[in-house]
Amino acid sequence: MKFSESWLRSFVDPLCSGGEFSHLLTMAGLEVEDEETVAPAFEKVVVAQVLDVEKHPDADRLNVCRVDIGGGETRQIVCGAPNAAAGIKVPCALPGAELPGGFTIKVAEVRGVASSGMLCSAKELGIAEDAAGLLLLSADASVGEDIRRHLDLDDRLLTLKLTPNRADCLSLEGVAREVAALTGTAACFTPVDEVDVSIATARAIVLDAPEACPRYCGRVIAGVDAAAPTPDWMSRRLERSGIRPISALVDITNYVMLEVGQPLHAFDNSRLHGAIHVRMARAGEEITLLNEQTLELQDDVLLIADEQRPLAMGGVMGGEESGISLATSELFLESAFFAPTAIAGRARRYSFVSDASHRFERGVDFGGTRRALERATRLVLDICGGQAGPVSEALAILPERHEVRLRPARVAKVLGIALDAEYIGALFSRLALPFRRDAEDFIVTPPSYRFDIEIEEDLIEELARLHGYENIPATSPTGLLAMLPQTEQARPLARVRQIVADCGYQEVVNFAFVEEAWERDFADNGVLIRLANPIASQLSVMRSTLIGGLVANVASNLKRRQARARFFETGRCFFRDPQGEPVAGFRQPWKLAALAYGSAFPEQWACAARKVDFFDVKGDLERLLAPRIARFESAQHPALHPGRSARVLVDGQAIGFLGELHPQWQQKYELPLAPVLFEVDLDAVVMASLAQYAEVSRQPPVIRDMAIVVDQALDLQPLIDAMISNRPEIVREINLFDVYVGRGVEAGKKSLAFRIMMQDTRKTLQEIEVEAAMQHLVAYLQETFAAQLRV
Amino acid sequence: MHNFDQIVQAASAAFAATDDPDALEQIKASYLGKSGQITALLKGLGKLPADERKSVGASINRAKDAVEAALNARREALREMALAARLAEESLDVTLPGRGQLRGGLHPVTRTLERIEALFGAIGFAVADGPEIEADFQNFTALNTPADHPARSMHDTFYLQDESGGVAENVLLRTHTSPIQVRYMQAHVARHASAESMPEIRVIAPGRVYRVDSDATHSPMFHQVEGLWVGERVSFADLKGIIGDFLRRFFESDDLQVRFRPSFFPFTEPSAEIDMAFMSGALKGRWLEIAGCGMVHPNVLRHVGIDPEKYIGFAFGMGPDRLTMLRYGVNDLRLFYDGDLRFLRQFV
Repeated sequence: MKFSESWLRSFVDPLCSGGEFSHLLTMAGLEVEDEETVAPAFEKVVVAQVLDVEKHPDADRLNVCRVDIGGGETRQIVCGAPNAAAGIKVPCALPGAELPGGFTIKVAEVRGVASSGMLCSAKELGIAEDAAGLLLLSADASVGEDIRRHLDLDDRLLTLKLTPNRADCLSLEGVAREVAALTGTAACFTPVDEVDVSIATARAIVLDAPEACPRYCGRVIAGVDAAAPTPDWMSRRLERSGIRPISALVDITNYVMLEVGQPLHAFDNSRLHGAIHVRMARAGEEITLLNEQTLELQDDVLLIADEQRPLAMGGVMGGEESGISLATSELFLESAFFAPTAIAGRARRYSFVSDASHRFERGVDFGGTRRALERATRLVLDICGGQAGPVSEALAILPERHEVRLRPARVAKVLGIALDAEYIGALFSRLALPFRRDAEDFIVTPPSYRFDIEIEEDLIEELARLHGYENIPATSPTGLLAMLPQTEQARPLARVRQIVADCGYQEVVNFAFVEEAWERDFADNGVLIRLANPIASQLSVMRSTLIGGLVANVASNLKRRQARARFFETGRCFFRDPQGEPVAGFRQPWKLAALAYGSAFPEQWACAARKVDFFDVKGDLERLLAPRIARFESAQHPALHPGRSARVLVDGQAIGFLGELHPQWQQKYELPLAPVLFEVDLDAVVMASLAQYAEVSRQPPVIRDMAIVVDQALDLQPLIDAMISNRPEIVREINLFDVYVGRGVEAGKKSLAFRIMMQDTRKTLQEIEVEAAMQHLVAYLQETFAAQLRV
Repeated sequence: MHNFDQIVQAASAAFAATDDPDALEQIKASYLGKSGQITALLKGLGKLPADERKSVGASINRAKDAVEAALNARREALREMALAARLAEESLDVTLPGRGQLRGGLHPVTRTLERIEALFGAIGFAVADGPEIEADFQNFTALNTPADHPARSMHDTFYLQDESGGVAENVLLRTHTSPIQVRYMQAHVARHASAESMPEIRVIAPGRVYRVDSDATHSPMFHQVEGLWVGERVSFADLKGIIGDFLRRFFESDDLQVRFRPSFFPFTEPSAEIDMAFMSGALKGRWLEIAGCGMVHPNVLRHVGIDPEKYIGFAFGMGPDRLTMLRYGVNDLRLFYDGDLRFLRQFV
């Protein structure tokens, strides 16, 4: 909420000022979000009256003015403003004045005519952008008065960032009440008396929805001059509160809303038919609001209606058809209490907010409904004239303010400091919270304007606020020491991330909402999870794979001339799944994906440049999973090159995939080279098992090499698997150390070279045993895979 | 006698004259080999008269020793020369760059999260995680923010479409990590349901959160760390203590001020906003909003089945992105989510 400090100080005027005053509010929970001055610093500018104006003898556009500057003094001032005229009152900068922008006024000659001062525009005083002419002051301005005083230019504009619980501070009186509590300075509000009722015209009010609107007051005011000008003081206060003055009647309702916090609405009484009904909308009913928006309403929206049609969305905004205009001569002024639950969220549902709904959904003082109406009536009569009719009031059951018990011992428990009873009583008194004592306890009845005091903790917060959070010490908490579990069944995520990073990948964090095309291209996802309200169409679908983001990372870095890139991300992916939990309908597993693009190694002198390939990234993945050994089987994946993609399995479970990006996506996403990537379930990566010691053999190992020739199409994995399951007991390790295709090997065949390590746990191996083992393996391979021993 | 000295001198000279180990061995043969000069002299001893034999023999042996010593010295010299030559030949330009892969790095916010986890872990805080597509109940209602509560407008929430294109009921993208504390407390209560008294809850919940907000200082996805301590005697003063302690440890500086000012969150009461100011450096004296916190609202405890008369707790929620920016001097939040290697590589 934005307001003028001097308006506030008309109600409560504590000694502290400026930054100290703002700090006081901020530290009490009314955060001062912004503070501005009304005008830049300057002095020696006074209210002056132009006595007469003559043409400058030597300059067409200049006038020579004789000006009364007060105190019986007149000055001759040369002035170029087009609106200079005898009789007007304007600001006059006297010699010695320094205006904003460092412009100093001196006694001077302007084209041969003496000039001692300058008549000023609003722009020259730094209070407006407008420079069309001299700033015209009101006719009753007193000549000679300092302009800063006259226009209240030392005022400051404060903007409070109010939390939703402090609806009571959405008015000047409310803030004043708070300031009074904080400073101990008494607040003094405008006395409001009932106006004299001079006509009998009244309008009946029927509460058809008494829970949503338990109190509705209204009155007719006839014979008003809607075109009467808004007084300067009122429009200035409105402007300084960020509200544009519109017309006297509108301004008055806004002014009273700012002053006391009660939103008001003025109807053109001539456009109303019969009694006012406060009722819920019928589903589908339509209304066009003052903001020209036409809404089709749901049946939980409160309406102000007459006997023919809806007039206003109750507590939110008036209707266009029943609103006042400059031609209105008879108005019906509404002041009502609408229950927060009946207003909350309604305006937001139709994508707007209003000052009224903002207040009503947080809570408006239901004890002040009539006072606000009387206050507004007084202002209407004073400014627009007219005769007031009697107040019609319909009343149902108002909210109750329940007593709240405060136990001093609980205060000490919650805050960590004890406050003595006398002090607590004094704080409640400053807050104007009525209380009685029940033994040690305080029984507080919150006033009607406080919607935020329901439980003991609310009172404790009030005490803490007034005592000052800064005056509560910071202590070291004490707790029971207990060690946290440290499992070896899982590796910390931090460790997993570090391994991937150590393999050369840079971690990124990408948005979880992505372009729809990524989901189609990289996951062939047909059951998208779309956002209902995305911030942009390219951020509209929840990702089921991390790949899209990594591909985009490469593309954006290529544009930044980073030709080699390796990225990884860990994050949740999202799937619709009827069995999903803990949030029904969704599965949200963590995944880890990594992508390598460009050369295998950073450009360097020491190894030959080559592009990263499948086996580089496979090696990284194997390193990441070690000591667990993954198996890879050829499999199709929508994101990947069909001949260069693999399913990754650990303990027989598929945990992800690995491969080269499909050439069609490489082309579509404008990558000159093919990235190689993997994505795996993070759970599987994190999983670890406790190491189990097995005895180390003391016997010398024997190593033999063997090369075989097999069909080129034969995958290695089944061959290795078969060798391992059919190996003689002494064979400990079988390692492939060469794959060769080319000269010396028949076309369509490949040569595989294995290094076989043999060892016995108890004795040194004999040559004959070694030979037998090798021959067994060779024979087995010949028989099972039609392998030939290569010699 | 004279004759022997000459032989030694000649041999020494011959040894010195060659740089080639093979040649040296051949020269050796011409003195000490089967038909070498010294060998010949020794063979000739027998022809000498017996009284001369002993002294001449001794002289020859001295000469032989001298030749051998010269030979060995030369051998050693040649070995050293050879080694020196080899070492010279093998010397590298050690200033050439090392071979191989670059190390990657962690995201700066990850570093911050790990530090936060470590600092709180040291005083017994566990780390909890939770779903990012969250139930309305856990995100709002259980946190004392029922439907249409004005506080919901403080969080501009992302909602999901249902399968027919309407707005899905009851699910949303979590707007904070506080729902994790709800789930954690529920599980904790269930675990200790049969026990006389419940062990303390000390947990932090880091994670990604989502709000409909995107400009220079807001990202629609960002990070939050929620912290929670529920026990039989935990106070607002303790909350002040722990937050101040954390900030000084996190920034490794006592040169900062922390202030708590009243604020409002539906799930805490009393509530506070935490501001921090450095007492030196570029941001000296400026109050920076760091976190929101407060004493857990009794309704929240009740919602998860904890008796608020017996147990009391505090909760705080802070922005690791902001902490990361302050820690490393990053001036634009959007850099965290842009994947720019030139930025990220600074945190390797």
